Amino acid sequence: MRELQLSLNQTQKVRLQRALEKLEFLSSKANSNASVTVADSIPVNYEDGLLKGHGTSEFNGEVVATVCGIVERVNKLVYVRALRARYKPEVGDIIVGRVIEVAPKRWRVEINYSHDAVLMLSSMNLPDGIQRRRTALDELNMRSIFEENDVICAEVRGFQHDGLHLQARSQKYGKLGRGQLLTVPSYLVKRRKQHFHNLENYGIDLIIGCNGFIWVGEHVQVTDDMVVDQVNKSEQDDAKPDENSFSPEDQEKNYTRQETRENICRAANAIRVLSTLGFNITVEVITETVDLSTSINVAIHEMLGSEFYVLVAEKESVRRSMTKKK
Amino acid sequence: MEYVSPEGLRLDGRRPMEMRQIRGEIGVVAKADGSALFEMGNTKVIAAVYGPREVQNRSQQLNDSALVRCEYTMANFSTGDRMRKPKGDRRSTEISLVIRQTMEACIMTHLMPRSQIDIFVQVLQADGGTRSACINAASLALADAGIPMRDLVTSCSAGYLNSTPLLDLNYIEDSAGGADVTLGIMPKLDKVTLLQMDAKLSVETFENVMQLAIEGCKAVATYIREVLLENTKQLEYRRGI
Repeated sequence: MRELQLSLNQTQKVRLQRALEKLEFLSSKANSNASVTVADSIPVNYEDGLLKGHGTSEFNGEVVATVCGIVERVNKLVYVRALRARYKPEVGDIIVGRVIEVAPKRWRVEINYSHDAVLMLSSMNLPDGIQRRRTALDELNMRSIFEENDVICAEVRGFQHDGLHLQARSQKYGKLGRGQLLTVPSYLVKRRKQHFHNLENYGIDLIIGCNGFIWVGEHVQVTDDMVVDQVNKSEQDDAKPDENSFSPEDQEKNYTRQETRENICRAANAIRVLSTLGFNITVEVITETVDLSTSINVAIHEMLGSEFYVLVAEKESVRRSMTKKK
Repeated sequence: MEYVSPEGLRLDGRRPMEMRQIRGEIGVVAKADGSALFEMGNTKVIAAVYGPREVQNRSQQLNDSALVRCEYTMANFSTGDRMRKPKGDRRSTEISLVIRQTMEACIMTHLMPRSQIDIFVQVLQADGGTRSACINAASLALADAGIPMRDLVTSCSAGYLNSTPLLDLNYIEDSAGGADVTLGIMPKLDKVTLLQMDAKLSVETFENVMQLAIEGCKAVATYIREVLLENTKQLEYRRGI
C-alpha cells in the first residue's frame, strides 16, 4: 500500500485514519467492487457484440484486465480506466508543458506523455499578431518566442503522422513566466470547461493542465492583440516619448509584489498537499485549501507539515459528505 | 553439513515447504512512474519504472513495439563483505538480461510503439533469492506505473538439499552447492517465463522441486494481487467522484 511519507504523532495518525476511513465509506456507496488488478477477470453477462476497450484483453473466452484500475461500462463497451498511468492526450485538451528542443520549424515539448509533443511554428500566433506565411526569418527567430526549458501552455491539436501536435492560436496560450510549475499525477485532473482560472482576491493565475502539469503564476492581463491593436495604437504612440528612459512603470512590469509571490507559494503548497493526499484537484478545492490555510494563520512553509495534511484530509471528508447530502 | 534437522526444521527454523515472510510496498520513489519495495525474509529489493517515454537512443527505436530496458545493481552495503567489483560485472549483466526478458514477455509492448520502458532494480539487502525478489518487485512497479500487461509475473526459488525439496532458499542454503531452481510464472495464463537451475537433478526430483516452486510463485501472486487491489481502491476512494 502507498503510504504517506510523513512524521505524524499519535493523535494526528488517528485523525488522518478517521478522515480517510470516512472518505472510503463515502465512496464505497457509489461504486463497490469496480476495482481490478492486472489479470483479474471482469464479470460480463455473456451477451453478443461485447466491445472490449482499453485495458482489457481476452483469455479463454473471458474478459481480463491488463492494468490496475476501475472497470467502466458504457452500453456494450467495457474498459478499464487506469489510475496512475501517464497522460493520454485527447484533442482539445489544454496542457502545460516544457520546451525541450528547438528543431526546424517546430518546438518539442515534454508533456508527460509517452512521446514528446510537437508545436509547429505555423500553428502558433506570432507575437505581432499578424496572420501571414512563416518566413525563413521567422524560423531563425524562433528562440525569441520560446527557448529550451521555457514553460508553455497550449492546446492538443491531434495526432499527425509524426506524433502529437499542439497549437497555440490565441493570446491566452504561450509562454508562462513569473510563477511555479507543479507536477501532479494526471488522473487527479478532470477535464472541464474551464482550465484557466484567475483567483482575483489573490491576484494569481491558475492553469490546470489536463496532463497533470499545473501552473501557478502572477495574474497577467490577456490582451487580444488583433482587437486591441487598432484602438490602442494611436494612444500608445502618444505615450511613447515619455517611456524612453527606464520609468518606474517599466520596472513595475518586471517586478512581482511580495504579497503576490506569497500567494503563489501558498497556492502551490496547497496543490502539493492535495496531490500527496491523492485528492481530486479542482479550483474549488485549491481555493478552499488556500482559504483554510489563511483563516487559521498557517505560515507558508508550515503548510507542508503534518498538521496541515491532517486538517486538509478532515476538511475534504466534511466537504464530500456535504455534497453527498445534497 | 545438515540443512534439515531430524525434526524437519531448516537452519532458520522454517519447514521445508515454508516460505519466508514476504512484504510489498508501492510508491516508494516519488519521481518514478511506478515503484515498489519487495522483501522476502531478509532479502530487500527496490524497483523503479520510468516510461513509456521517448526513446533516448534513436537508433534503438522499434517501430512496432516498446523498447524494454532493465538495470540490476546491488548496493555496496547489501552483503556482509564489501563487494569487489562495483558495476558491470557479469553476474549483474546476466541478471539484468534475465529480468528484462521475463518482463518483456508479460508487457504488451505492441501497444506502445516507438517508446521506451526503463526498469531499475537495486538490491538493498541480499540474503539469497535476489533474482526472484527483483522480478516480483519489478512486476509490482510495472503494475503501479499503469503499463498494460498480459499477466503478473511472479517468481520464487526452490532447491534440493539433504534429499529434501526446499522452498525459497536463503543465502546459506543457496551457497551449499545443491541445486537451485529459480522459476518465474504467469499464474493466470499458467505459463513459465523463467526457469534457471545451476546443478543437476534427476527428472523425478526436478519435477518435485519445480512443483514446489510453482506453489511458491502462486503464493507470491496471491499476495501481490492483494497489495495491488488495496492500492487501487485507496487511490480511487481518495480521489473521489
